[in-house]
Amino acid sequence: MKFSGGDLLMRALREEGVKYIFGYPGGAALHIYDALFKQKHIEHILVRHEQGATHAADGYARSTGKAGVVLVTSGPGATNAITGLATAFMDSVPLVVISGQVQSHLIGTDSFQETDMIGISRPIVKHSYIINKAEDIPKVVQEAFYIATTGRPGPVVIDIPKDMTDPNLKFEYKKPKSINIRSYKPKIDPHPGQIKKAARALLSSERPVIYAGGGVVLGNASKELIALNKLVKVPVTNTLMGLGSYPPKDKLFLGMLGMHGTYEANMAMHNADLILAIGARFDDRITNTPALFAPNAKVVHIDVDPASISKIINADIPIVGQVKESVLALIKEIKKSKIKIDSEALDQWMSQIYEWKRLHGLNHDLWKHVRKNQKILPQVVVQELYHATNGDAWITSDVGQHQMFVAQYYKFNKPRRWVNSGGLGTMGFGLPAAMGVKLAFPKDEVVCVTGEGSIQMCIQELSTCLQYGLPIKIVNINNEALGMVKQWQDMIYNKRHSASTYQNSLPDFVRLAEAYGHIGFKVTKQEDLSKVFKKAFSLKNRLVFIDVYVDPSEHVYPMLVAPNGSMKDMWVAKDKKA
Amino acid sequence: MKRTLAVLIENKPGALARIVGLFHQRGYNIDSLNVAPVFDESYSRMTVTTQGNENVVEQITKQINKLIDVIKVSDLTEGSHHEVEYVLLKISTKQFNQTFKRKLKYFEHHIIEQDNSIVVLGVMGNSASIDDFLKSLNKKSLIELSRSGCIGMHKSEKHLTI
Ligand SMILES: Cc1ncc(C[n+]2csc(CCOP(=O)(O)OP(=O)(O)O)c2C)c(N)n1
Ligand SMILES: [Mg+2]
Repeated sequence: MKFSGGDLLMRALREEGVKYIFGYPGGAALHIYDALFKQKHIEHILVRHEQGATHAADGYARSTGKAGVVLVTSGPGATNAITGLATAFMDSVPLVVISGQVQSHLIGTDSFQETDMIGISRPIVKHSYIINKAEDIPKVVQEAFYIATTGRPGPVVIDIPKDMTDPNLKFEYKKPKSINIRSYKPKIDPHPGQIKKAARALLSSERPVIYAGGGVVLGNASKELIALNKLVKVPVTNTLMGLGSYPPKDKLFLGMLGMHGTYEANMAMHNADLILAIGARFDDRITNTPALFAPNAKVVHIDVDPASISKIINADIPIVGQVKESVLALIKEIKKSKIKIDSEALDQWMSQIYEWKRLHGLNHDLWKHVRKNQKILPQVVVQELYHATNGDAWITSDVGQHQMFVAQYYKFNKPRRWVNSGGLGTMGFGLPAAMGVKLAFPKDEVVCVTGEGSIQMCIQELSTCLQYGLPIKIVNINNEALGMVKQWQDMIYNKRHSASTYQNSLPDFVRLAEAYGHIGFKVTKQEDLSKVFKKAFSLKNRLVFIDVYVDPSEHVYPMLVAPNGSMKDMWVAKDKKA
Repeated sequence: MKRTLAVLIENKPGALARIVGLFHQRGYNIDSLNVAPVFDESYSRMTVTTQGNENVVEQITKQINKLIDVIKVSDLTEGSHHEVEYVLLKISTKQFNQTFKRKLKYFEHHIIEQDNSIVVLGVMGNSASIDDFLKSLNKKSLIELSRSGCIGMHKSEKHLTI
């Protein structure tokens, strides 16, 4: 049997286990859309903007660990997908983005809707392909999924000129039985000698910290991390991307570290004598000034990407390997080792950490205290949400103060449940990402915690949610400002609020939600919060938009002092440095 | 410090652009670049010269290695190696005088074309001495100049092959 290029593509996608394609049609993609129409294995989700398609596929990918698939047309369709590609690239999310392209013979002639997609996406993809023989489609698709999902995952673009999917040209479906890319061998076993050294260093330390990042989530190594710490019982902190990989209720858990990390986590990092970094990349939002980073710490760094090691902070013991395999190897080595970790020193270290926590730790009980006749605290919104969902919802977020409040107060107890744009910090991510998560886990509660600024960047997707019946819950932490920007202006620019407020131009979000066919609630009083959440979550089959007006003067603390600060230099409250 | 990297890369459209783009994207400079397919033409060998301390070059090497089309990278400067560059020079016959010829004799060279008005020469040597040679010439005497960029190889028993 012979197939057109479009049919080859559909079959190849199906063989990769693809269930959903998030996309938007247009001229150069129409042959593909026709092939899509004629099959019934893959469902297409028509978004309202290609940025939404990429974030939705991204949410699907982050929550399932499988590659998310996007289909867009050439030119503006392709350029609209760029923000989503960059978002996925920065957070190592596996995506396969298929873009239509003008016909091969028109490439380079400035033809209608022609953009050099390979060129503009080059710095923000793991790899990209342009199809120049239709019969290559199955092989390219197979490779694209392999590259996107293995090693350090990332997005892959396949650009398909329109003539490659001409329905009149038919080909045999052929692809190699196994994948063999001589220039790409992602499976790396950790070096046993390095593992030995790491075990020795960890067991001989007196003030150790495990600093676990998004790599633990991406590498499905949460169980192994927990098992490792059952053995050594040392304090653990998570990056923004690593939250959920370690149980928040464990006494050894210090919460998030970094820019808005907990006081005790940042202090522990600064004062540590050993830092075991697992699947983390010493981002500048973590280290603060690299030259002042953890002056007395030996650094052990496990990462699948050798380029992440010693990029910012020199690793004393680098370990290149898959996170899961490396942690397992470390566990084995520790069990074999004769060195006993100094439990007395550890106890002392922990009491020091608890002391820091007692001094400036986060208050998770704010919600218990009702502030009458005052605006709601944004932190309380997250705490109430945590209780309304038993801490068990999938939470997506946008970017800003609300995002940090979720990271600080929603105690994620499972990996992958926290879906946010950490690396690129893309406003507009939350709603479409929630659609992807909801499609992947239709029975679970999926909540998008957003801000009135961010939500307006992809608000059009409310229409997509109606079309496909996606009953997600949106919690809009409405501080009537670009809060995070305003916070910086308060702190650094002497309260000059340049372009960070809207002067009474905000839409009525309740009526807006209703106009899109959904339900909207407005909350202005703390005592109404739990009732409204209860009501919203009881509306199982409806999208509910909960617009919560909060205290606009609230800031996110702690906050690392920059520039020229170290991890121990923090603002812990307005006008209070610790 | 000057560094010379050798890269084996799939001979595919766009592969070169990925390398060049990477240097720009990560804020590194390319001083010279030479690339051509070798052996079965399925892959190319590339020599890139750049500047940087050990850490910078280690980062560059790792980032290049991460590109899917890159088969192997090696920092030639790390050990002993050979380096050579080829230059095409066009000068007026009048300038092709004794002084010029005296400077030339330190290099392997040959005359490719010569008539009453023009001489085209091919000159070979390592990049640093070629730099010196070119600097020593009177700028006005040079009509055209084309440099291959440095190409390099590990010495003796160390090999960079696929
Ligand atoms: C697309 C994009 N543009 C600009 C920014 C810069 N930025 C970071 S946070 C922020 C304010 C976000 O406002 P809002 O969504 O209301 O969240 P809040 O901080 O008020 O909770 C802005 C503008 C960004 N992260 N993304
Ligand atoms: Mg806001």
